[in-house]
Amino acid sequence: MAGISARKLDKVYPGGVHAVDRLDLDIDDGEFFALLGPSGCGKTTLLRTIAGLEQATGGSVLIGGRDVTNVTPARRDVAMVFQDYALFPHMTVIDNISYPLRIKRQARVARHARATEIGVQLGLADLMDRRPAALSGGQQQRVALARAVACHPSLFLFDEPLSNLDARLRLEARTFLKRLQRELGVTTVFVTHDQAEALALADRIAVMEAGRIRQLGTPREVFGRPANTFVANFIGSTPMNLLDGVVRGSTVDVAGGSLPVPAGAEGLVTDGEKVIVGVRPEYVRLSRSGEGLAGEVSILEHLGTTTLVTVDCGDELVGATVPEEDEPEPGAAVRLAPVPGRLLLYRAEDGELIGA
Amino acid sequence: MPNTSRHSDPSGVNDGPAAGAAAGTSHHGAVAVDPPLAAAAATDVVGLGRARAFAFVAPALLLIGVFLLFPALWTLYIGATDYERTGPKHVSPSFVGVGNYTDVLADPSFYNSLWLSLLFVGFSAVIGQNGLGFALAWSLRNVAGWVRRTVETLVLFAWILPGSVVAFLWIAMLDRDGGTVNALLGTPGLAWFVDYPMASLIIFNIWRGTAFSLMLYGAALSSVPPSQLETARLAGASGLQTLRDVVFPHIRGHALTNTLLITLWTFNDFTPFLLTAGGPGDDSEIVSVYVYNTAIRDGRLGYSGAISLLILVANVVLALLYLRMLRKRSVS
Repeated sequence: MAGISARKLDKVYPGGVHAVDRLDLDIDDGEFFALLGPSGCGKTTLLRTIAGLEQATGGSVLIGGRDVTNVTPARRDVAMVFQDYALFPHMTVIDNISYPLRIKRQARVARHARATEIGVQLGLADLMDRRPAALSGGQQQRVALARAVACHPSLFLFDEPLSNLDARLRLEARTFLKRLQRELGVTTVFVTHDQAEALALADRIAVMEAGRIRQLGTPREVFGRPANTFVANFIGSTPMNLLDGVVRGSTVDVAGGSLPVPAGAEGLVTDGEKVIVGVRPEYVRLSRSGEGLAGEVSILEHLGTTTLVTVDCGDELVGATVPEEDEPEPGAAVRLAPVPGRLLLYRAEDGELIGA
Repeated sequence: MPNTSRHSDPSGVNDGPAAGAAAGTSHHGAVAVDPPLAAAAATDVVGLGRARAFAFVAPALLLIGVFLLFPALWTLYIGATDYERTGPKHVSPSFVGVGNYTDVLADPSFYNSLWLSLLFVGFSAVIGQNGLGFALAWSLRNVAGWVRRTVETLVLFAWILPGSVVAFLWIAMLDRDGGTVNALLGTPGLAWFVDYPMASLIIFNIWRGTAFSLMLYGAALSSVPPSQLETARLAGASGLQTLRDVVFPHIRGHALTNTLLITLWTFNDFTPFLLTAGGPGDDSEIVSVYVYNTAIRDGRLGYSGAISLLILVANVVLALLYLRMLRKRSVS
């Protein structure tokens, strides 16, 4: 069991690509930690640098308080699960699971006993003599997990282990993974580009862009209070409304109407300042009359129990989700009001959060 | 009424299935298409007709016939005669049946050449080219692109240069008096091709043929998933363990194919003749050189024809053996 610390960690590839940029990060012992970001943001490089598969070009990595920056991967006591599972096709399931133990020169009987024990835990009992090619994607994924669990590492590193599964299976595997991590209590770092996966699994999430962390927080913080417009854009299955506005005293002119400046931003904005108003569609109340921005319903998208309504407000499009039974007619005149406390104000010049 | 109407078609040009089908309907009214015509339409998809289709294939068939089929049959034929290069037996060879074959199989110089060929193939191809090619490919896999390309280009040169050119280079390099190798090793006066003919030929052939194995193994190694290599690395596997557990199982098929190809090429390679001509004596008379010496130097064409057929059989047996191993791999 161990926490992880990165201190001014730098990784520049020979071609000059700055994949990890002077990054500081602390992951607690036993934490389920997600590295989230678009492709090319450096999340996988960071994971591989923690594993030791990439050599840092600056700074240091500590695992359990021990500086492992120049330690070989095998001596870091980590286990990694790859996106393609990396199972050896010519070995049976039991040999695959016990492979790290075989390298550690454990006797055949002992390592097979250990592999069987883990295999039974992970529901692989009937498959131990099969080759990977004879397994489904979900089973292969569990074999890869079992191999990682079998050697008792102090750290799990997962590189998009769910993205090769089909959508339905991914949800099951997600629940399975979270339960397994809870039971074992092993510090886990998890790389994903799927924000829903990160929100569902992680204790904390680091949202990365261009080798830096743009926000680090719990799923609730990252979802509810994105620290900047990049994170606001990236998180959430329906895109957040980000509308250009101008401060007028204690209100903001936005989308042909005006909204009050949120309490958390009072005193931090000046009259006439350009801002970006952010509010999630889930936090917008739609009504036929009353307060808020006036607009006309243009598009309805069904999301199951809710419907995403796109409303034409002035020259901006604003999204709002409504329960399926409250669906408005297209063309209807409606009012949009943000849920109190859910309106976010970002600086127009750099996209950073002013207040909520 | 001929229902083989395609051949009685007056135009002659309209020899296609459409014309045939049309003729079939017109002659037989209700019957749509005759079975033989339907079959013709099924095989003649393009609609060229038999004659024109044959005209397209004819040049290739002619070349294959003249340069492959005829010599092969000719060899088979003279192998059963006492045909010679000159003299009365050239003018009127007589049929000797399997006499040549029984003579060859009782001839110690045939077994000598077979043994030398086994040494040559075993050490220069199966061990030398295979081993060096793989070692180079494995050690080059992580080095910078330009280093790898330079090494590959240099190695490839040995492979693509004509045999006569490289033979001349090696004769000059291993020369007894002014040779580079003797100067470097400080062994003046050592006649490599006389004192160590087989060893010299083996080293020569390793140098000449490693390029192919290097390229093939280079491609094979890039098909090993990096994540599997990294899994072994994370587990703490040593280089040898990684080769045994991850790399070899992945490239076993490539290794077999490579070994089959270089075995057959080396077995039939004639370049050693340019270096030693089989000498001194018959110390380096591998099978291909033995056939040539028997046929051209000694003039015993019938006898060498019999040897050639035996070599062909040996090649086929080797190839079948490898293919069988390859199939066994893909089944399991």
